[in-house]
Amino acid sequence: MTVMDVERGQSAKYQLQVIDCDIHPAMTSWKEIHPYLEKRWIEHLAVYGSHLRHAFSEALSHPRMSPDAARVDAYPEEGGPPGSSLDLLQKQHLDPNGVEIGMLIPLRWNPGSQRNLNLGVALTRAMNTWQVERWIKQEPRLRASVLIAQEDTEGAVAEIDARGGDPNFTQILVLPRTDEPLGRRRYWPIFEAAVRNNLPITIHVGGTGGHPSTAGGWASYYMEEHHMVVQAMQAVLASLVFEGVFERFPKLRIVIMEGGLGWIPSFNARMDKHWNRLRSEVPQVKRPPSEYIRNQVWFTTQPMEEPGSSAALIDLFDRIGWDRLLFATDYPHWDFDDPRTAFKANLSEAQRHQLLYGNARTFYGFDE
Amino acid sequence: MTGNAARTERVQRYAGAIDCDLHPAVPGMNVLLPYLDDYWREMVAVRALDRLNLSLTSYPQNAPLSCRPDWTLGEGNKPGSSLKAMQDHVLDRYEARHGILNCLYGAQVFHSEDMAAAFCRATNDWTRDEWLNRDPRLRASIVIPAHNAELAVAEIERRAEDFRFVQIMMLVSGELTLGRRQHWPIYRLAERLGLPIGVHAGSAYRYAPTPVGWPSHYVEDYIAQSAAFENQLQSMIAEGVFAKFPDLKVVAIESGLTWLSGFIWRADKTWKGVRAEVPWVTRAPSEIIRDHVRFTVQPIDAADEREAITRLVDHVKSDSLFLFSTDYPHWQFDNDAALPQDLPDDLFRKILSENALASYPRLAKSNQTMEIAL
Repeated sequence: MTVMDVERGQSAKYQLQVIDCDIHPAMTSWKEIHPYLEKRWIEHLAVYGSHLRHAFSEALSHPRMSPDAARVDAYPEEGGPPGSSLDLLQKQHLDPNGVEIGMLIPLRWNPGSQRNLNLGVALTRAMNTWQVERWIKQEPRLRASVLIAQEDTEGAVAEIDARGGDPNFTQILVLPRTDEPLGRRRYWPIFEAAVRNNLPITIHVGGTGGHPSTAGGWASYYMEEHHMVVQAMQAVLASLVFEGVFERFPKLRIVIMEGGLGWIPSFNARMDKHWNRLRSEVPQVKRPPSEYIRNQVWFTTQPMEEPGSSAALIDLFDRIGWDRLLFATDYPHWDFDDPRTAFKANLSEAQRHQLLYGNARTFYGFDE
Repeated sequence: MTGNAARTERVQRYAGAIDCDLHPAVPGMNVLLPYLDDYWREMVAVRALDRLNLSLTSYPQNAPLSCRPDWTLGEGNKPGSSLKAMQDHVLDRYEARHGILNCLYGAQVFHSEDMAAAFCRATNDWTRDEWLNRDPRLRASIVIPAHNAELAVAEIERRAEDFRFVQIMMLVSGELTLGRRQHWPIYRLAERLGLPIGVHAGSAYRYAPTPVGWPSHYVEDYIAQSAAFENQLQSMIAEGVFAKFPDLKVVAIESGLTWLSGFIWRADKTWKGVRAEVPWVTRAPSEIIRDHVRFTVQPIDAADEREAITRLVDHVKSDSLFLFSTDYPHWQFDNDAALPQDLPDDLFRKILSENALASYPRLAKSNQTMEIAL
């Protein structure tokens, strides 16, 4: 009996029903998007490649601790990087883990961080079509995310409006390391478009905005860089709060994806406390910051916190709000959360179901 | 009990406190002139440096957070610039046993390492003469040009024999992450002399205060300070500072405190996943923190401060990490609520003074009759 058979057996036993909010599809070769990309950009990529704000044109400045940041068992037999085989995705993840709906979060090319805005927009257009053609048309359990090149507001809005009526797309994807904090006014047309099209904006870890990962300079180790993704999420939320974005767009919904959970209660309290002291600086903020977060922000659960006791984890969920938590696995990445074992807490069946399935179903409107 | 009696009892509970975060203000550069050498005195004159206002962007002079309304001084006087006021407002009022001065003047953030060194030296001399020599309860942190380890070491050595300097202060955001090896000569000396590194909120603004760029508002900058503390602890752990200097202590000052739960959970889990990258980190970050890092308690980022502290003690599995501070004259609390009143007696006392005595070797030493000739 293979490992996969064991997992299948467990799946039947526990009757897993899962909505996975974070699956990373990969390309077997970057030529996969050629059919959706103008010749001009195919040539440009071949000659100049990516043009980002970091040292390596094709690699991350903090190399990960495993190849492709992936699970070692996620390499397709037929070759290609982890996440590039639909067959393996189905057999290894969707089927045994009871995934009814899985959201695609493509990270290749980092289009939102491209310094050449025209290239960025062209890449988002191509990769959005690629998600539908290459994945969803072969596997109806999957859903796509609208990639945008947020630094070109006009191009980003056009892409949101172009995909807004297409039920294959469930959200807009932005990586947090933008040129400026996301709440600043240059990005507001994007929020308008999101609300107009009734699409949440998902902020998934990543991006290369050029600013050091800490206020005191660049991190040396991946161990540090991995910790700091939390801080980018905090800065994004603070920016949205204090620029008055939530106040101005009360229907805007934000998903913080892969940013961890342990920091949320203390960060909310910190914002409330110091807003209370300094509120004369920000009259556009009418209510305590934590109220905006509670009403307009959701969080995916991977990588799951492990505070060492069931009580501490349940206390954390209580303080964040159970209905704000959306399950995600991060397949095929190394820090994948298994829906059977991710929550090291004594959850009731109802609580488990709410986290693994119910919340996302309600949030994304899959029950309508 | 009358209102006044209850109030008196509340205040009396602080008797013997060790206040680990007091901010004396340099009233103007003119007070530093006597401590500069001829060259720098001339430069001050030629460049009119004394006309510069070196208040830090991290603490705008008139922002509500920078001074509690009932702690302001008369027109034109910087909050924190009067010893008499500090005594009235804090030291005498709480019958403090000691107060540790952390001077947030601009000396340490000049881009010129030479200028920074000259003004740090002058600031330390001035602190000694105008504060330490005038109130025996006071102790101070050594202000250093942290961006040049050689000059910083020279300044620390200059203070080594004066046991009233009990700590070395560094801003949480400078030019390099704090774990980087360029800083290690400072840590080596700190360990040898029994001086904790006091990492204080504040930035030299060499980089954007957040990884997503420059926020529009001061309130965002201030909120981002807690993130800076997380990153610097992670940096010091990952680079192996505590493995290399096993007796080194770090005190996180004005960090907000409650972020610590989330920090240890994430840092421990990350370490388990990627520890092959940093083989010298042989213990979980939470254990390293328990052994090496202390935290001042103002501000406490929580709606319910008593609940926050007891929860934190539960999460970090220690009641020895937290140090009393008023953050005077910054406005973090009202009336006498520097610590939550309903904190259990044992914990109250540990935070009030016992933890500080255990964390600052020189505090215990200078507490006895001075054995060394100054």
